Amino acid sequence: MDLIIFLVLLATGYATGTWMERKHYGSIEQREIALLELPAVTNMSGFDLQMVAGAGIVQGNAVISVDYFKRILAALRNVFGGTIRSYETLLDRARREAILRMKESAPEGTGMIVNVRVETSTIGKNSHKKGVSCVEAIAYGTALVSRQH
Amino acid sequence: MIITNIETVPGKGIVAHYGLVAGNTIRAKHIGRDLMATLKNIVGGELKGYTQLMQESRQQAVDRMVEQAAQLGANAIVNVRFSTSSVAQGAAELYAYGTAVKVV
Repeated sequence: MDLIIFLVLLATGYATGTWMERKHYGSIEQREIALLELPAVTNMSGFDLQMVAGAGIVQGNAVISVDYFKRILAALRNVFGGTIRSYETLLDRARREAILRMKESAPEGTGMIVNVRVETSTIGKNSHKKGVSCVEAIAYGTALVSRQH
Repeated sequence: MIITNIETVPGKGIVAHYGLVAGNTIRAKHIGRDLMATLKNIVGGELKGYTQLMQESRQQAVDRMVEQAAQLGANAIVNVRFSTSSVAQGAAELYAYGTAVKVV
């Protein structure tokens, strides 16, 4: 009985997890192209400060969880070592989504987002379950509004 | 209140420093949201409830920081940083800090 439940969870996790990941990546790539006009940089250069009419902090976050199948896969990886690709994509998705949300929340007329910082933290970790249950990525920076707008 | 995470407010000059201001908040998870999250842990994907919860909490931390800065007579906060830590099981602390300044 336990084995059946385990296998069902594994199959559901694999099917929906893979499907949702593909869908999410599709949406991320599409929005990244749409927002290419608005650069986000990690330093302060590349923008003429004389042209700035206003500045303010903008941020975006995303909490993403890994599916059951990948969690088991990662647990197996812990035995042999090596890169855990399934967690790499999890963190990649969370970060890219957070950056996109930051860009989307920028006010009208924003020319550039400078001094962007990206941070990750694990939340909702259960003590009886090993490993990462879900991660939060946050991206924040200063949106500079151009004068001509 | 102007909030930036760079050292200055572009186009304005800093005339006075008031030192560090900070705000924090500790939020526990909501049982309904937790139930959904458990379900989501099987299929994977974004936990919308948590995203929203974290967003609201972070906003509260920022509001507290702003309140503190306003009490000091500042009109801007520069060099703002965010930080997150899990303090207890199922609870997260959101922390925001920066330097309160007066700009003209």
